[in-house]
This record gives sequence, structure tokens and C-alpha cells, in this order.
Amino acid sequence: MVEHRPLRDLVAYLVLSLGVVIFAFPVYVAFVASTYDAATVVSGNLPLVPGGRMLENYYRAVFVGGSRFMNQPVGVLLVNSFITAIGIAVGKIIISILSAFAIVYFRFPFRKTAFWIIFITLMLPVEVRIYPTYKVVADLRMLDTYAGLILPLIASATGTLLFRQFFMTVPDELLEASRIDGAGPLRFFWDTLLPLSMTTVAALFVIQFIYGWNQYLWPLLITTKDSMQTIVIGIKKMLTTTDELAEWQLAMATAVLAMLPPVAVVIFMQRLFVKGLVETEK
Amino acid sequence: MANVTLRNVRKVYPGGFEAIKGIDIEVGDGQFCVLVGPSGCGKSTLLRMVAGLETITSGEIDIGGRIVNAIEPADRDIAMVFQNYALYPHMSVYNNMAYGLRNRRVPEAEIKTRVEDAARILELGTMLERKPRQLSGGQRQRVAMGRAIVRKPKVFLFDEPLSNLDAKLRIAMRVEIRKLQRRLNTTAIYVTHDQLEAMTLADILVVMNGGKVEQIGNPLEIYQRPATTFVASFIGAPPMNLMPIEGVRAQLHGADAVPAEAGQLGIRPEDFELADTVPAGGIGLDLRVDAIEHVGAETYVYGARQGSDSQDSLIAAANDVIVRLPGTAAPDIGARIRAVAPRGKLHLFSVDGRQRLPI
Repeated sequence: MVEHRPLRDLVAYLVLSLGVVIFAFPVYVAFVASTYDAATVVSGNLPLVPGGRMLENYYRAVFVGGSRFMNQPVGVLLVNSFITAIGIAVGKIIISILSAFAIVYFRFPFRKTAFWIIFITLMLPVEVRIYPTYKVVADLRMLDTYAGLILPLIASATGTLLFRQFFMTVPDELLEASRIDGAGPLRFFWDTLLPLSMTTVAALFVIQFIYGWNQYLWPLLITTKDSMQTIVIGIKKMLTTTDELAEWQLAMATAVLAMLPPVAVVIFMQRLFVKGLVETEK
Repeated sequence: MANVTLRNVRKVYPGGFEAIKGIDIEVGDGQFCVLVGPSGCGKSTLLRMVAGLETITSGEIDIGGRIVNAIEPADRDIAMVFQNYALYPHMSVYNNMAYGLRNRRVPEAEIKTRVEDAARILELGTMLERKPRQLSGGQRQRVAMGRAIVRKPKVFLFDEPLSNLDAKLRIAMRVEIRKLQRRLNTTAIYVTHDQLEAMTLADILVVMNGGKVEQIGNPLEIYQRPATTFVASFIGAPPMNLMPIEGVRAQLHGADAVPAEAGQLGIRPEDFELADTVPAGGIGLDLRVDAIEHVGAETYVYGARQGSDSQDSLIAAANDVIVRLPGTAAPDIGARIRAVAPRGKLHLFSVDGRQRLPI
């Protein structure tokens, strides 16, 4: 129902704008804080317009590193986070699309059981199974490695369910037409199912990239070397000081930098979404 | 080019449901066989068994002299056209047609020739680069047929291919399918629930009901000499009038000659005439006009038999008789008419309707 009522529109816009301001303001303050020196930030009288030390702060954050406790430059951390998040997102998509394919299209013993086991893992987030997972990863000597950061997080019940639901909506006739056209199961997957799933893949990629990017507890546990830390951990460590001034301006610069890749992923993938939504037809 | 032979084919689902109860059909080379029946009669299941999409519980299916029970659909040398077309939505028309050939490693040059030939026959030449969603229903239908043609299969299988089209297009495509099949001279098996489609397309018509064959034969022969009351009422529109013989014994001339085991009498609406005198050996029914349908070229009169129980009922009971009259006829509602039919147009069936009897 689309009605045009100016007053209603005005109220709607006001409420929405207020929401935007409330959400965006802290981000803006973080940005402003990243353009002053430490003393100004800590003094509590932070101006609302950006200061003049932006380039210097960002240069130090990216290439030099923060406090004594955090001697890796942010550039390294960004790379670590990026590899981890991409690894988790891609790994999750591959694992979940394949397991959904198996569950939907193959009749094997204990198929239902397999599905329910995957389903149940939804109820066990990383935090709950953190000790056994840590033990396994440590025994496999994967502490301080990308594999250790990525592998335990790539099993995804959510993704499997998402793909399962999508596959169930693909008409059976497409599979049958493929069979008559001489395509085996993998060919059907590759030639038909995967192209049709691209929208779902894009959606899952965005969600899982951000999930991977924002991981805190797991990287904190299994990384001991500074050079393997992710940016989220980096921000935290920058503020860990004993008796000197925490370099808030660098932490804020790092936070702003940490926001950029997920934003870029969302913006880039959004175009794919729209494309996928317009072009796919089941 | 191939014969298709089904020998005592049965399908029992794991739950114990017997969908196909032993069917024998023989389709000659280049013939157009139509399976027709109401929903749930097993006609689609049977077609899918020929295609290899359903397993065969027992019996044999033979395509071109080769028993295909254990052969994959792709290797049976068949092509199938689905009800919803099942085109690959992300592929262009060209790729939709080429896909099956590529999987068979046909050289690209040969694929191009075949697809372009098919596109020319089906008048799809200008649409090869489009995606299925950019096509109309009729064009999608033609792409689905093109996909079947380029394979040069031994047998075409059609699973209610026209039921998603509107009425006008359906008639046009029906003619196209028939012409195409004649031209390519390829054996075809076609499933439909539309008796008109079945009558017009078939060389061999197979009427199915409840997982069994009711009658196999030439469409006209089936129309003229239905083997059971089911076939009699399924083939022909409006359906044949069936009435218990006891109720009309008095109106039937020469009723003594009717075999003792006869239970039901059938007369097609188009075999009636309005007349005062009953032809020798024929039947004359006195009817009260209950409803009239004008369809232009003809008029259908729904009448209640005099002296029958349904006289006062509003619901068309089994005793109602449908009479087809010329389009110009317009009897009044409530009028009394006498509909007569000659003996040669009467059909006699056993009490259970499973058997046709001579009259």
C-alpha cells in the first residue's frame, strides 16, 4: 500500500534521521578522535570537528604500531584479519553448499541423522565448545597459524540450512532434465545448481565475512605472537597500558580502519545481490 | 527410429502403493502414442519409467530392441519435454539446447549446425542469445522442444507439455507438435489428461485408469467402440450418457434381444435426434429440459428422464441425459422433448461396466 501523505513522510524521515544520527555519531566521534593527539582525546573535551593530526596518526597506526605492548603495525593486523575472514567465509560457503547438496540430492543411510546433527550444532557456538576446540587445535600444532584461526570456525549449520532451503525450491525437473542431458551429479551441481545459488552465496559471504572479521575470543586464545593477531585483538591491546597514557588516537584510527573492509565487502556484494535478484529465476 | 515395447511393467513404491499394475504397450516405429487418463492414473509415472527417472519394479521396457531397465536416462536415447519446460534459467536459449550435446562431447561445430537447424524449424533463430525468462510461454515451450530435437533421439517423451499454455496457444502448439513429429518421423509418447489433445494427436491411444490400461487402440475406434464405461465417459465431451438398462427397458425397442448380463446402456449426446418416431430397434427418451448450454455451433440440453427419480432434483443426477442439438435449436426450460437414437449408436456394457457387450 503506497499512499502519499506529506506529514507522515516528514515524521518518518525525522525518525529515520534520528536513528541514523544515533548510530552514526559514535563512529564519527571515533573518526574525530583519530585526528587529534593523545592528550586532547584523553582530556575529555574532544572537539566535534576533525583536528590536524590525521595523516600522522594513520601513518603511525598502519606502518609503525601503537604502544609498547602492541608493537605490530596495523597493516599486518589488517592482513591477518583479512585472510582469516576470507578463509572463514569461503570455507563456510564451500562446506555448507556441499553438505546441503549431499543432504538434499542424495539418499544415503543416516541422511536425516546427518541433517539433525548439523542442525544441533547451531545450538553450540564457539564459546560453548571453546575448551575442546582449543585442545584439538593445540594438539594439531595449529596455534599461531592461519589454519588454526580459520578451520575451527568454518563448519556452518546456518549456511547448510540456508542452502538446503534454497535447493528445495529448485524444481526437480531441472535435475531430471540434467540427467537426461547426460550430466552426472557433480556436473549438475557445477553447471546448474551453483549458478542458480549465486545470490545465496553472495549473501552468505557478506554475513560470514563480517562474522569472521569480528571474531574476538577465538583469535585471542590461539594467537600468542603479535604478528598473528587480528585487528580486533589489536585494538584491545593498544589500550592495555600500565602507567602511561593510552594512545586513544591510534586505537580510534585503527578502529576506523577496521571498519573499512567489511563496509567495502557489503557495498561490493550488494551490487551482486541486486544483480542476482534481478537475473535469477527458478 | 525405434519401437518402444512395455512388457508387463509394474511399479510398486516402497510404501507398498502399486502405481502401475502390469502394463503392456507396443508403440511402432514413428508412431505417436498418447497416454491419457485422469490425475493419479499413473500415466506420468509410466512415462517417467520409460525415461528412466523412475525405477521399474518388474517387467521390461524395450527401446529399439534394447532392454533399458538398468540403463541411465542419458543413455536411453530419449529426449523429454517437461510440463514446466525445465529450461536452465541461467543459460541462453542456445546453451539450453547445446548443453546435452556438450555433455556427450559432440564437436562444437556439429552442435552449432544442429542447434541452428532446430532453431530454424522452431522459428527461434532470433532468440538464441536470450535467457528463458525473456521468452513467452509458447517460445519457452519451443525451446524445450528444440532441446529434445537437437539430441536426435530415438523417442520423444512429452509430459503434459501444453498444460501451462493458454487455450489458444495450446491448440496452435498441438498442431505444431504433431507436424514436427511427422516431419522428424520419430517415435513419441505423450502424456495428457486432456481427451481432446489425446484424440487429435494419437496414432495409438492408451486410456489409463488406476494404474491399468483400460483400452488401447486407434482414437476413432476407441471413440466408436469404448471397451468399458470408464473409457466411454472419459473419451468424448460432453461424456457419453450411461444409464441402467432396467430404467430404460420400456423405451428400448427390441429390448428382448439385449443379453441378460447387460447392465448399462450408453448413448453419446451427439447421437441423439429430436423426433417423434423411434427408429426400429432404437430408443426414444422423453425428457424434461432442465438446462441448456449454447456453445455456438451446437447446443447441449440437459434433460431429466420422465418417470425417473431425478425429476425434482436440482443436482444433475446419474439419470440426467445430455443431448447435443444444432446451434440453432433452443428448446425452453421445462419443455418436454423426445430424443431418439438408432440401434447402431447404442453401447451396451456389463453391470460393473468392465465389459462391452454386443447389441
